Amino acid sequence: MTGNRKLLRRRDLLRGATLGSGALILGGCDAMNENATFRSALRVAEKLNQATHRTLADRASLAPEFALSDISPVFKTNGSLTGTSTDYLAHLQNNFADWRLRIDGMVANPLDIGLDALRAMPARTQITRHDCVEGWSAIGQWQGTPLRLLLQKAQLSPRAKFIVFHCADNYGARPYYESIDLIDAFHPQTILAWGMNGETLPVKHGAPVRLRVERQLGYKHAKYVMRIEATDDLSKFHGGKGGYWEDVGDYEWYAGI
Amino acid sequence: MEAAPEITQEVIKRHALSTRLWHWTNAFVATILLMSGLMIFNAHPRLYWGDFGSREDYAWLQIDDTRTTGFVRIGSASVETTGVLGLSLDANDNVRRMAFPSWATITTGYDLGAARRWHFAFAWVFALGLTAFMLMSLVNGHIRKDLHVRRAEWNPRALWRDIKNHARLRFGDDHGAGHYNIMQKFSYIGVIFILLPLLILTGITMSPAMNTAWPWLLDVFGGRQSARSLHFIAAALMALFVVVHLIMVLLSGPINGIRSMIAGRHVATPKPDKAGDLA
Repeated sequence: MTGNRKLLRRRDLLRGATLGSGALILGGCDAMNENATFRSALRVAEKLNQATHRTLADRASLAPEFALSDISPVFKTNGSLTGTSTDYLAHLQNNFADWRLRIDGMVANPLDIGLDALRAMPARTQITRHDCVEGWSAIGQWQGTPLRLLLQKAQLSPRAKFIVFHCADNYGARPYYESIDLIDAFHPQTILAWGMNGETLPVKHGAPVRLRVERQLGYKHAKYVMRIEATDDLSKFHGGKGGYWEDVGDYEWYAGI
Repeated sequence: MEAAPEITQEVIKRHALSTRLWHWTNAFVATILLMSGLMIFNAHPRLYWGDFGSREDYAWLQIDDTRTTGFVRIGSASVETTGVLGLSLDANDNVRRMAFPSWATITTGYDLGAARRWHFAFAWVFALGLTAFMLMSLVNGHIRKDLHVRRAEWNPRALWRDIKNHARLRFGDDHGAGHYNIMQKFSYIGVIFILLPLLILTGITMSPAMNTAWPWLLDVFGGRQSARSLHFIAAALMALFVVVHLIMVLLSGPINGIRSMIAGRHVATPKPDKAGDLA
């Protein structure tokens, strides 16, 4: 009898523990998610992932490139479908004839460069896979000017650590922007694309130019780029986390995964 | 006289410390990975084969809603799943148009950034834990002694007997004596050496940065969207394994089973003849 009772008690205990841990996981995770210490502990993994990727991959390791026959029949549009600033809308009316890309910040030779001048520079064409943070992928052909050529032309300061892309689209109430480090900025596949699938880059995909940074997720590929700014400190821009979705959705700044 | 029942019980050492540590770490970590993974899936509840796939392309699996009902579609077959999948109520009885219901996801509300952070942090514990467990099991003989399928066990009649025994909820003479029966061996081998590595590798294949470091992974799995599909299928099989595993624990003596996985020791039930002798 005593043995049975002991067994019963023990069984209740186990059952309680099982149900309890289930409830803990369900209710506890949201609470933990709000805990600042826990959040920063999880954030360590972002740095670990970036360090691992940078260790395993060469600085210039290329994203897979595809054949013309692999291109997605319809490349899904996402995010903003047009620039929204008055400046941008005027340029759109004028077919970007007077549009100038501004390159400034920590550079010795700030540039204002038009679309024709950009197209006249050595270009790279690549058929790559675009991976959205949500999980979908689309393959497209991109033609554009390697960012490193522009940064060399602008004589990037040796003190600069990041390149910030200021965009012409407001997503919600805030202006879109993004940033990358110099390893990705000087990567051979990092281009300012003005052509897509053999045609002029369509407005819905970021005309006149969008960033392609092929080793990272879609939200890093800023559309409607108006100004490129070299800096050593991301905290002074907007929400301070280096990008629109980083500020608004708390997405990782490093989006290699 | 009171001590008599104690004498007939045989206490045997069953699970090594490394096995027990890994088991409970995994029970926790796998739950987190599954629940945060379901939240990530909610961001795009469609699966494809090949390199690419988006709303513009054909999805072989879709968990979605028609605004009033939830459904799961696999190929051309569609099942209504209102209340659970595609469309469900959250804790406050608000209608939620999400593939997986809030009680199954981390976080309970839609938060892709947070779910990704949970997933990619705990994935490290998962991958390093599996690696450590595999190494320890190689060193301490767990693989050779306990998981290795012996020649006699491959005998079709022995296999059939074990299947019949399982169907009758009798789990073999060996059960409890410190040996795994053949069905147990197959499922543990399948999970440890196929399913779990598959989850880790298909996960890595989805990373655009890792695609530049290990592009061969894309060839192995047939493209990023195929890897995503396989990741989901492997996770579903893993969840199925856990359900069957828990049922088996309940049916084959939960107290003893859980005790042996916590303390490492298993109390074998005395054989009737042995008990008779002692009495």
